[in-house]
Parts: sequence; structure tokens; C-alpha cells
Amino acid sequence: MSQAAKSERLMNLVICLLVARGYVPKSRIREVVGGYGDQNDDAFERMFERDKEELREVGIPIETGSFDPMGDEEPGYRILRHEFELPEIRLEPDEAAVVGLAARVWQHTYLSEASSTAVLKLQAVGVEADTGSLGAVEPRVGGEEPAFWPLWEAVRDRRPVAFHHRKSSTSEPLLRHLQPWSVLSWHGRWYVVGFDTGREAARMFRMSRIVGDVRTDGPAGGYEVPAPETVREAAASLAPPERAPVLHATVRVRHGSGHGLRRRATFVATDATTGWDEVTVPYTSNQALAEELVSHGADVVALTPVELRDAVVERLRAILAVPA
Amino acid sequence: MTPAKGPAKRTTRKRTATKTAAPSRRADSAQAQVTRLLSMLPYLRSHPSAKVSEVAALFGVSERQVIRDLQVLWFSGLPGLQMGDYIEVDMEAVEGEGIISVSNADYLARPLRLRTDEAVALIVALRTLASVPGSFERGAVERAITKLENAAGEAAQQAAAVQVQVDGDAVADVAATVRGALDAKNRLHLSYWVPARDEATERDVDPMRLVVVDGRLYLEGWCHRAESVRLFRLDRVLDVKELDVPAEVPSEARPRDLDGGLFQPSPDDELVTFELTPAGRWVADYYPYESAEELPGDALRLRLRSRDRAWVRRLALRLGSTGRVVAPADLSAEVTGAARGALAAYE
Repeated sequence: MSQAAKSERLMNLVICLLVARGYVPKSRIREVVGGYGDQNDDAFERMFERDKEELREVGIPIETGSFDPMGDEEPGYRILRHEFELPEIRLEPDEAAVVGLAARVWQHTYLSEASSTAVLKLQAVGVEADTGSLGAVEPRVGGEEPAFWPLWEAVRDRRPVAFHHRKSSTSEPLLRHLQPWSVLSWHGRWYVVGFDTGREAARMFRMSRIVGDVRTDGPAGGYEVPAPETVREAAASLAPPERAPVLHATVRVRHGSGHGLRRRATFVATDATTGWDEVTVPYTSNQALAEELVSHGADVVALTPVELRDAVVERLRAILAVPA
Repeated sequence: MTPAKGPAKRTTRKRTATKTAAPSRRADSAQAQVTRLLSMLPYLRSHPSAKVSEVAALFGVSERQVIRDLQVLWFSGLPGLQMGDYIEVDMEAVEGEGIISVSNADYLARPLRLRTDEAVALIVALRTLASVPGSFERGAVERAITKLENAAGEAAQQAAAVQVQVDGDAVADVAATVRGALDAKNRLHLSYWVPARDEATERDVDPMRLVVVDGRLYLEGWCHRAESVRLFRLDRVLDVKELDVPAEVPSEARPRDLDGGLFQPSPDDELVTFELTPAGRWVADYYPYESAEELPGDALRLRLRSRDRAWVRRLALRLGSTGRVVAPADLSAEVTGAARGALAAYE
């Protein structure tokens, strides 16, 4: 069967169900939609089932039902126009321009296509998505992690999933069972947040640390998702903490170095004669700051507090202790 | 809309036109074709006498494919497909002047509703735009979101389940200056911090575009100091001034293709081997690498390319006992040398 003949059959099926006043019985469909009539019973059944499925996949709302309250009548099919058609939408030029730009944001293949087909639908009703007025601005959102798409679908369909995830410090992945609520990008990295049925608590997982496939772990619509505010709060509380700095360190920084430290400094005492500045930096953890100071090598020297100084010295000694 | 040719034309409806073997590309599947036609029909209605070439460009398919699509329409129509039931397509005009004229399809005057993925992709993208500082009319974005939500109905509700955060607030002032220079096509002067070498550099840059990658803002432009196209992370801009000099981006300057990611190590860059303890494995999450090999005790051997030894030294010092450079040997010695030099200040 040629592909064009199939396209014609699908088009004619859509038109048939869309223009009908009520449910169209299957036998009538077989009669009036070209391509069905010359099939035997089994072939017609298979063909019709597959056609309906393919049309539903692209968002065409084919309903099954009958007007007969006793249900004796052969089931029929219809497409309700108000569920089929894009409702009235008019965009001002500036709105259309940002929509046109939005269509280019996703780098993920499927979402990039979905954005384009959405804009085509808008263009079909006269929206001119001219992005020329926006200047040279190009936001890009990725989603390249292999786990991204199965998790997006799972969130969309409210479908439980199972996957192996490894924590940062161990290479041993653990099996997780999750009812996903939301996918989120935070500092450029994708996470999924949901209810971990094994741990019986909300959990958040970094997608790049998911190992292997994301498997379906139950039927679609299998759970309730809490209100968006609750999900946001859960995500915020599970995100790596961003504690406000409460401690202050003084460090000596060579002129022309330590720009990252200087940018956060609350006080810089410059001494032109020595070639060094004394910089006061707010911070939260001795270990974290020591790690950063060590990365500057001989250009930065920790002065106070003594715990910070000790942490730096300990790290430097550890590097020298490791046999090269 | 101009009516197509009359009944004489209809008698020529034959399947022969569609006998050419259909390539198995997705754009050519029946599902894709029907989806496209359901948008194309209303488009052709709102754009009478559209050109085949214009429609092909808009839908991202070949002109041949548009003609094949129209041939499908030519065989479609009201149930029973009696005379007068067919959708009218002036195939002569299509094949002759490349002009499309379609009629007798009033029942397909509007496109399909937005699917959930379509609505969510667009709304999330718009919210992302709104969070980019200094670059968009937030009012237009907000209004567009509201209208899309109304049009998409239930499908739009899922957009709440996807969040993209942009690290924008801290760089709002820099972004505003950059945007101003882009719009005015003026040169910028940057004081820019290069963390790999811990240097503050002064440079004149002719701005080309403002990009957001992985939640961060970058200026891409022609750097007069490097004499090439460079990306500048806005949170590393120490100071920025718009100059009263028109930008002159050389014609050979091409925006970088960012599809392969921001760090695109070149094969000429030095190959460095790290051995990482479990606590140092994070390096593999943050930097692109050539190969990763599991070692006993959850350790990892990571080979990556680096343009700059200063960057490797910094990373190795930062890792401390959680990771070390094992090759090249002289680079490994540079790291211990740097640690020894730093330790001298405490002894």
C-alpha cells in the first residue's frame, strides 16, 4: 500500500468524523472512507485500529460512544470540533516575536520539533512570528541527558518509573522507584523531583547520574502530583544548600591574582610596596574555602582563622604526600 | 479564495501521481503528512496564493514534499467523495507558477489544538526568556504566556511541572549594557576575568549575540585582543563599558556552533590523565573527557584535553588528595612544585 494512499485514508477519516452530526458507526466508516472498503473484515479491523491510534498520537481527539442508552447499537466514533481545533488566539507583533524566539530555545530534538509545530499552528491562523525586532539574543536550553526524555514523558503522563542512580561519591548505582512530579534545570543541570516510594519521601535526582535506562514502573495516571507550590518547596529543600556566608577569612592575595576572591571581598587593604593585598572574604565552610585557596597556589596565603590556615596546609601536604 | 479548476480537472484524479517510492524519512510518514496538512490547510486559507517555496521553507520540507502533500489533499474530501465533495487544489498553478490555491475545505479552517508537549515546550521556553535579564520585554512574554495558556487549555497546566532556572539576577547590569550595545551596534570594552589563568584582561569586543547556555549568560563577540570570536561569561565580567565606536564584526567571523557544548576541546590540546578517588569523581560531571576507566575502590581514571596547563594545575591543587595528575609526568611535577611553593609561605 502506498504511503500517499494511507495519508488520504487518514485525512478522509478525520474529515468524516469531524463533519458528522453524531457518532459514526464503524460499518458506515468502512463504507464511506476510501481504502477501507476493499479490505476483508480482519484486515479492516486491524487497519482501522491502527489508524485511530496514529491519529490520537498526534493529538486528534477521536471519541468512542453511542447515543443509544441501552448500548445495543454498534459503537460509533466522532471528533468534537471544539476539542479538535485550536481556539481563537491573536498575538500582538511583540508577543508573536517572543513566541518565535521561544521556538528556538530547546536544543532537545523532540522538544525543538514540538516548539516548531506549535508555532506552525499559530502561523496557520495568521500569527507572524518575526523575531527580527529582538536583536541578537539566543537562549538555549538543553536536555541532552539520555534520562531527560523518558522522565519528561513520565512527568507528563504521571507514570511511575524505576532507574539506577549513583550518588556523587560512589560508583555503585542504587535502584530507585519514583513517582516523578517535575523536571527542573538548576544551574544548567537537569534534575527530576518526585516521591521515592522506596524511601517513602520526596527526593531529587540529578539526571546525568542516572545509569542505564529509565523503566516504566506502573500505569499512567497512577498517582497524584502535589500542588505546584509544594513541588517547588520540595525541590528547593532538596537542592544542594546555598547557605549564607557567616564567617570571615583574611587572606593575602598577590597583586593581579585571586580575582574570584577579590570580587566577593568585603574589604581589601592594598599595600603597594609589598605586591600583596589583604583581602577579607565572607564564607561558609573552612574546607570549601581552603579548596579554593589551594587552587591559587603561591598567589594566595590564608591568614585567619587558624582553622582555615590549617586546612590549607593540610591539603598542600596531602598533595606532596601522594607518590607521583 | 480563488476557486480551482472545475469538474474537468477532477476526472484526472488518479493514483499514478503518487507512485514514486516514498522515502522512509519521518517527514514523509503518513502520520507526519496528515499532521502537516492539518496546519497547512488553514495556513493556505489565511495566505491565499502562497508560493510552494514559501510553504516548503515554513514547514521545513522540500518543495517536492509540499507537492506530494497537495496531491494527498487532492484525493481528500467529504465522506463518499462524490463530485463537489473533493478538496479543490489547482495543481496546474502549483506545478506551473508554483502558486497554491486550495478551496472547498472550510471544515478544516483551523489547525489542531496544541498537544501537551507543544504547549509545555513553548510556555517553558517563554518563561526562560522572561528570566533572562536585560534582554526581553517581559510584558510581551507575560501576555504571550497568558494567551497560549488560554488557547492550550488543560495541556498548558503541565508546564508547571517543568522549571528552567537562569542565573540572571547577579549579572542583570552587565546584561543590560551588553544588550544596549547589541541594539546600538556599538563596541564594548570589557575587563574580563579568565579564571583558568586567574588574570584580569582588558579587551575591546564587537558584540555579536547574547546567548544563554546551561542557565548562564554569555556574550559572543569579535575580540580584538584575540582577533577571533570569543564567548564571555557575564558573571566573569569585572567591568563593561559601551564605547562610542561602531562595532565592526569582520565578515569572516562566524558564531560558534554550540551544539557540541561550550567546551570544545581541540585534538591539538594536551591530553592529561587524572586518577580520581570517589570524592574526586565530580570532575567527570563537570568537564568533557576523552575516556573514563573504572579503577578498584570506585576510583576513576579520566583522560581529558586541556589547552592550558595553568587550568590543569589549578584543578589538581583543588582536588588535593582526591585526585592527581598521572600523565604527562612533567605536568604532574608542576603540580607538586606549585604545592611546594605554596606551602613555603606557611613554614
